[in-house]
Amino acid sequence: MSMVYSEDDRMLADTAEEFLSARSPVSAQRALRDNGAILNYDADIWQQMMELGWGAITFSEELGGLDFGYKGMGAIFEAMGKHLAASPMLSSVTLCGSLLQQLANTEQQAWLTAIISGEKRLALAVDEHARHKPDAINTTATTVNDGFILSGKKTMVIDGVSPDGWIVSAQHEVGCSLFIVPFSDQVKVKRLKLIDSRNYAELTFSDLKLPAAALLGKAGDSFKALEHALDLGRLCLSSEMLGSLKALFNMTVEYLKVREQFGVKIGTFQALQHRAARCFVELELAQSCVTTALSTANDSPENLAASVSLAKWKLSKVADLISGEAVQMHGGIGVTDELDIGLYLKRIRVAQMCFGDSDFHQARFSALMA
Amino acid sequence: MSDLDGFRQEVRTWLEANCPMSLRTPTPDGELIWGGSDVNFTFDDQKLWFDRMRDKNWFCPSWSTQYGGGGLTAQENGILESEMRRLKCRPPQINLGIWMLGPVLLQHANEQQKQQFLTPMTRGEVRWCQGFSEPNAGSDLASIRTSAVDQGDHYLVNGSKIWTSYGDKSDWMYALVRTDATAPKHQGISLLLLDMHSQGVQAKPIDLISGKSSFCEVFFDNVVVPKENLIGELNGGWKLAKELLQHERSAMSKFGEFQLPTHFDLMSLMSDYLPLPHSASEALLFDKAVAVNMEEQAYNLTVQRLGEEMQAGQSCFGLMSIMKLVHTEQEKIKFELLLDAMGYRALGWEDDNFTEQEQAINRAWLNSFSQTIAGGSSEVQLNVIAKRVLQLPENKGVS
Ligand SMILES: Cc1cc2nc3c(=O)[nH]c(=O)nc-3n(C[C@H](O)[C@H](O)[C@H](O)COP(=O)(O)OP(=O)(O)OC[C@H]3O[C@@H](n4cnc5c(N)ncnc54)[C@H](O)[C@@H]3O)c2cc1C
Repeated sequence: MSMVYSEDDRMLADTAEEFLSARSPVSAQRALRDNGAILNYDADIWQQMMELGWGAITFSEELGGLDFGYKGMGAIFEAMGKHLAASPMLSSVTLCGSLLQQLANTEQQAWLTAIISGEKRLALAVDEHARHKPDAINTTATTVNDGFILSGKKTMVIDGVSPDGWIVSAQHEVGCSLFIVPFSDQVKVKRLKLIDSRNYAELTFSDLKLPAAALLGKAGDSFKALEHALDLGRLCLSSEMLGSLKALFNMTVEYLKVREQFGVKIGTFQALQHRAARCFVELELAQSCVTTALSTANDSPENLAASVSLAKWKLSKVADLISGEAVQMHGGIGVTDELDIGLYLKRIRVAQMCFGDSDFHQARFSALMA
Repeated sequence: MSDLDGFRQEVRTWLEANCPMSLRTPTPDGELIWGGSDVNFTFDDQKLWFDRMRDKNWFCPSWSTQYGGGGLTAQENGILESEMRRLKCRPPQINLGIWMLGPVLLQHANEQQKQQFLTPMTRGEVRWCQGFSEPNAGSDLASIRTSAVDQGDHYLVNGSKIWTSYGDKSDWMYALVRTDATAPKHQGISLLLLDMHSQGVQAKPIDLISGKSSFCEVFFDNVVVPKENLIGELNGGWKLAKELLQHERSAMSKFGEFQLPTHFDLMSLMSDYLPLPHSASEALLFDKAVAVNMEEQAYNLTVQRLGEEMQAGQSCFGLMSIMKLVHTEQEKIKFELLLDAMGYRALGWEDDNFTEQEQAINRAWLNSFSQTIAGGSSEVQLNVIAKRVLQLPENKGVS
């Protein structure tokens, strides 16, 4: 298992950096927020990402993928974090793509192909509680003659507004089943506005009738596949946070070098130097956790859970430290909306919470080690 | 029964009779009353409470009756505050002038200035803002450049201020201005009171990460200010500024005691959002909450000790210098934890799918980042402790 990025991974990273800095800089994200766009991402940019092959990176060649693995994917998420680029990469490609790859039958493969090419996008409806608890499912599915009846409510559905369909987890028979629910008026969709101005939905299913073909995987037996997909999602989020935190930290170090008070650069104050150095230390530790988890996703996916929990835990902790220091070291200007710091702070806070914060992953890590 | 017990009884009876029930609850965002020429009441009880407290002379309970204060002793004032806390009375009004400028005027203004400026404060008629910081003078406040030039019978003020809270809503500003450009930086500063409605004053709001605000950049273009508005000695403003900042910091350290919109009860909110039984991760959150609560307890005890030592006439400079630092740092930690506990429910933004309280908590979290910067950053507080309290040697080259 290598901690070093390959030639291919670096190439992907360079392309992502070049593309995003030109086409999706932070100012574009700010404009999306201010214009109150419904999708909360730019559909053109999304199409271009798909044309660059970003949807295909982790999938095998026979599925139409590139088979580059997760290190390359991590590099792309890191670049998206750096530029605060919003896109359905996480929701559609990583989460739903992984579920389809693990569970789809021959007919359902068409969804996967369409997701890889970007022709369609799906969103994963798993959370029901204020905090992430994927195993506490109140949504129910009942088997009827020619299909299923789905009832319940899902929340924090990432990119859940206006997708082509949702993959929904439900309590069914003896366990957790997953269903592909194509977009329809019969699903009540409420848009949630969060501090990071991205696309989130609350979904209500009131005795929704689904055909037999909607079932993804075996009845009552999909929780393991769901956990695996969630782990990949957590990993991509950790990579994204790493990119955002590095950007935030670099902005702060630059500021220490230019801002003057008391006739000197504030970076000359040892009180600030040591704290900046501490941030650097923590970022390096965080980087190792992310890189290792990305390698594990490639080389020994059966060990993914603990290494992902370590990464998401570490990143969430470092996020508190660095976003706090970034604001504090900027002084008054740090709390103004005009600076991008606030946009990073808000996005990072949501990413911290999505699919388990540091407490969730500490408890999970402890359980996995027991 | 001692006199003080009698006084307590009197206060209690009066508050119970006069504080409307609707105002014995935490103040929701947007229902704070700011005294000034344009007071905005959202419902009748607020006006009733405002008027009654004003007529009782309890906007400034400990100030001399000569200027419309309540004439209470420090001990009596302490009793009034504790009874208001006990009944959960909302503050009848908030006014930076009373908290920060008032004590400095009481000490250093001449009689005519006291009559002119203190009386409207005790009536809740004038809203004040603080014009200290400038773009290049934040932590290094003594580097301010806004100038006030002597024109015989008035000063002509030019320059700009930044981060002026409520600059666009205030009637008057207390400003630090440079009155001697040639003297060493601390020796050419004066404290000047300036009518915000004067010709040549322009306040431009700056949006904050917590949303739209009244946090302003203020520009002065040949603003005429009467010479009578200079407080204390010409070029003696730095000493007054330091005193004023002490009052600001002690006011900020007290925010937690009032029923302000930023006050949330961590434990009860955690129990609301995380009902029993607790998962392993929820148990971790509760462990942290206990620690936060215990730290807060240590702080509250310190508040109490400070109060008692001050009433006993002891010198408390060292103790006072830690209060704002501790309180604002604790608030940041508390809100981080509250956000963790509430999950996505605390991350809503201007969306009716979230309760008002949930949205207020999010804004309060974002606002908590400002509090360790405003009124002198935590670093500056630590420098004050290191230099002035511990008298550690100076680093040459940094003034
Ligand atoms: C919400 C809010 C409300 C405010 N309201 C008002 C107001 O009403 N009126 C007003 O006049 N001002 C107001 N201020 C301004 C406030 O007083 C200044 O922001 C503060 O003094 C810091 O100055 P600065 O922003 O220029 O930061 P800087 O001084 O540039 O500081 C940048 C960073 O460097 C650190 N630093 C600076 N010097 C040192 C040092 N010697 N050692 C170690 N670290 C150092 C600081 O702590 C900070 O982390 C407000 C600020 C905020 C955030």
